[in-house]
Amino acid sequence: MDHSATTATDPAVLEAMLPYFSEKYGNPSSLYTIGRQARKAIEEARQKVADLIGAKKEEIIFTGSGTESDNLAIKGSALRNRKKGDHIITSSIEHHAVLNTCKYLEKNGFKVTYLPVSKEGIVNPDDLEKAINSQTILITIMHANNEIGSIQPVEEIGRIAKEKEIIFHTDAVQTAGKIPVNVDTLGVSMLSISAHKIYGPKGVAALYMRKGTGIEPQLHGGGHERNLRSSTENVPGIVGFGKACELAKEHLPQESNLAALRDSLIRGVLKIEDSYLNGHPIERLPNNANFRFSYIEGESMILNLDMKGVAASTGSACSSTSLEPSHVLMAIGLRPEEAHGSLRLTLGRENTQEDIDYILSVLPDIVNKLRMMSPLAR
Amino acid sequence: MSDGYSEKVMDHFANPRNVGEIKDADGIGKVGNPVCGDLMWIYIKVKDNRLEDVKFKTFGCGAAIATSSMITELAKGKTLEEGLKISRGDVAEALDGLPPVKMHCSNLAADGLHAAIKDYLEKTGKKLP
Repeated sequence: MDHSATTATDPAVLEAMLPYFSEKYGNPSSLYTIGRQARKAIEEARQKVADLIGAKKEEIIFTGSGTESDNLAIKGSALRNRKKGDHIITSSIEHHAVLNTCKYLEKNGFKVTYLPVSKEGIVNPDDLEKAINSQTILITIMHANNEIGSIQPVEEIGRIAKEKEIIFHTDAVQTAGKIPVNVDTLGVSMLSISAHKIYGPKGVAALYMRKGTGIEPQLHGGGHERNLRSSTENVPGIVGFGKACELAKEHLPQESNLAALRDSLIRGVLKIEDSYLNGHPIERLPNNANFRFSYIEGESMILNLDMKGVAASTGSACSSTSLEPSHVLMAIGLRPEEAHGSLRLTLGRENTQEDIDYILSVLPDIVNKLRMMSPLAR
Repeated sequence: MSDGYSEKVMDHFANPRNVGEIKDADGIGKVGNPVCGDLMWIYIKVKDNRLEDVKFKTFGCGAAIATSSMITELAKGKTLEEGLKISRGDVAEALDGLPPVKMHCSNLAADGLHAAIKDYLEKTGKKLP
């Protein structure tokens, strides 16, 4: 029940990868047979990744993680366009891969606007329009939030960006394979996706870059990936990513069925007294449910759920190394003590109604047990 | 971070000892802050200068609950002076250690016990010998 953290590699993905660890171990830059085999496999995978998001093959750059894709998009375009301007617009609920990259650029002389969100966790395009100035060179706003699942008005943002001729990047790590992602419909210049969120392997991801978008590479070396990301290609990982994208495209209709399971979970959990849904009731990922429970703390909920065999996550500071409650939950206007009581459950392909029924059978007792212990409870 | 919790921490978290409030407590110690994610209330019952009963109510993470449970076991039957000498380090040690990140934020139980004993001394006007 923590599929937004990661997913198990699909057996068909693993099977596709295995030969590239053994007999087909060649370096794609080598000119002899096994090198050419690897090159061909990479280019086939590139096509499959492109097909999932409606892109052209040559617009896909393979990277090592969603974080790297975000870094490359943001730092790469900021540095390339520094002479045009120094202003970047993002949202206050981005993943740390985006947020901390923007903060790094801020330390290095760029100006960053962090747009607020509604209490349901959604950016207002009017706020974006007002924030744009003559120095704005980049807009980076996520497709859907990883914690509370709120889907952002990316198409509208894309229209605004196009009209003002500003580069627009979106982090689609949480949406690819879950809801339709099409780079033309969304109107993005760049888009990040990652393999391990869609039943592919860890350590491989991609940045979509629309033809004509200029960025500075962040890794310099042998000129791989059209000179934008030097590093010997992770051939097995890329092959697995390609297979995962192919399967994700086939599975997409079923993924939206998760919304019915999610709603059954939400209805059941909200029967617990003093429990609330975080995020938007409708504009949310089909697999995401995020709750908060008054008077109790998230980590102790997670540990209790774990003892019952359920994996979940929380935005409580007590589960992080930072000791700060989740910036997303703070941005939607929760008080810290409310943010500490959050619980995220994210569904995946193999989840069934029985899993939902099981959670609903154990969660009320866990909440009650912790409330009996809490000095805040009534 | 929950990784790195010892078996003892998990035992006290899963089966906390002496949960609840003492209705006619002789002293109550309230420490922590819900904003930080940890709040502990320690209740004591005192008889003949000894901690006859110790109970707790805690809002917080696994470490907060486990340290609360442990302090009740460490303190019960001790004299007030001995109770005041139980340190944060003693509680962590009795639990076979705590993850470093939890040492300063959630390891409040000793403070809670000390606050409860001071509350008792203030209320009764007694002084330690």
